[in-house]
Amino acid sequence: MIEVENVHFSYPNGVKALKGISLSIKNGEFMAIMGQNGAGKTTLVKHFNGLLKPSEGTVRVDGVETTKTSVAALARNAGFVFQNPDHQLFSETVEEEVAFALKNFGFEAEVIELRITWALNLLGLTQYRKTSPFLLSGGERKRVALASVLAWNPNTLILDEPTIGQDHQQKEKLRQFVVQMQTQGKTVVIVTHDVEFVAESNPRVVLMKEGTIVADGEGREILTNPEVLAQSSIVLPQVAQIFMKLAPLGLPKNVIDVYAAKEIILKALEERRR
Amino acid sequence: MVIIETKNLTYTYPGVQKPSISDVSIKVEKGEFVLITGPSGCGKTTLCRCFNGLIPHFYQGELKGEITVADMDTTKQQTHTMAKSVGLVFQNPENQLFALSIEKDVAFGLENLGVPREEMRKRVEWALKLTGIYDLRERSPHEVSGGQQQRVAIAAVLAMQPEIIVLDEPTSFLDPLSAEKIFKVIHDLNKKLGITVVLIEHRLDLTAKYADHIIIMDEGKVCFDGNPREILSTEETRLIGVGIPKATVLYQLLKKEGINLNNLTPLSSEELSTLLMEVFETHD
Repeated sequence: MIEVENVHFSYPNGVKALKGISLSIKNGEFMAIMGQNGAGKTTLVKHFNGLLKPSEGTVRVDGVETTKTSVAALARNAGFVFQNPDHQLFSETVEEEVAFALKNFGFEAEVIELRITWALNLLGLTQYRKTSPFLLSGGERKRVALASVLAWNPNTLILDEPTIGQDHQQKEKLRQFVVQMQTQGKTVVIVTHDVEFVAESNPRVVLMKEGTIVADGEGREILTNPEVLAQSSIVLPQVAQIFMKLAPLGLPKNVIDVYAAKEIILKALEERRR
Repeated sequence: MVIIETKNLTYTYPGVQKPSISDVSIKVEKGEFVLITGPSGCGKTTLCRCFNGLIPHFYQGELKGEITVADMDTTKQQTHTMAKSVGLVFQNPENQLFALSIEKDVAFGLENLGVPREEMRKRVEWALKLTGIYDLRERSPHEVSGGQQQRVAIAAVLAMQPEIIVLDEPTSFLDPLSAEKIFKVIHDLNKKLGITVVLIEHRLDLTAKYADHIIIMDEGKVCFDGNPREILSTEETRLIGVGIPKATVLYQLLKKEGINLNNLTPLSSEELSTLLMEVFETHD
């Protein structure tokens, strides 16, 4: 459980990145934070594992205030994958990269071996086990960063732009993985611009603008509200765009899923035939 | 007129067994907007590194086959000669920014080309305004956000006004509205100035509508090459993991159910909603 209460945050150069954020994330929740560049999304999630401490207000993770504990203690619980994998990778092989945190947390060699195999397999990286991460493509490096965090099985996963450079199949796997995490009661928070990924997963969406939250609710409702989205430089998902144009025909507006879209259109045409 | 041509191009990075691209034979016409896509790790970025001579001049390893870009053999030309004709926007903007201010970063390529001062000022201002970073020009490129850095990298290439612009996922850090604006700017330059555009992208929802030509790669090989409407409507493209635009997917689903839709496969929500409005009108 992450509880954020009236958090303000200013960087040392004076830039006010967060201006009074209140938010609570339950265990097992899947949440997407969206908003324009510079809205404060990454700054906010860095508070969830104590990388940043609020200038004002409080952040509690499982009841403990982040200012009263260490980043190391929080890190075991909350895994963080950065936007740019090159900010995170440094080992000579993919295997060592994934093993690094596991060793630091003091896992036994056998467990480490099992976890590495599991994480690399999950992210389709098994063939690169002995390869340098720097020889891999951008999308693959992003998955190595993800594997190194998933391997230690944190209770909360914070993913900053996880779909960048990922093809459709990898995104599908990521979605299935997130669903699996949820069934285990784990919390997943993603920061993303990928409206189509969010539309396919329908998580809780928190929309940010200039350091504040402008909307918080079900993805399907927020992603079909053009006025709210425009404030945050988010465009409607394609399916929602289509239904916005079809609205004069009496069709619903809050549709983001292609399969639901198909059923609604077929039904509407059927009714007209009668 | 063909502006980029490769024949059986094969390249293997040093210390790796398997080639990253193998037997790639493609042709790009002058003035085309080409979209290159395919699963992550399929060789898209590697292929683009060949277009401006980064491979083989900055990457060792083994390059076989032929490549001609703007009438030059990139394996023989020096990269600074290629830079006049081909501008490359990297996947990771941090790899290409280095100056003390954004304005200087954008001017750097022009200084190297020896562009006269007044002309340089004009072009830098034009590129900064076009990409929406004119107000940031005094800032250091390293203190702005990832999305803003991407705009700087794009502006620096646009200012050079090369014949060919190669962009490797140029807007991945930008919010959707900003990404859409940048793609519109690039499409405009392509149509108005006739600049050839080669764009690497996974997000076809945003970009397929601009493309005249699509190349789909998988495991280092070209598996589809041609008209986007034809290629994106085939079952095979979906199966290799290409993210078909949702409007195209919905169109296919409705066709399968026997809905009588025009045969021209839509690539955008505008195109599909127009088709659907027509169908609804005939049912009224």
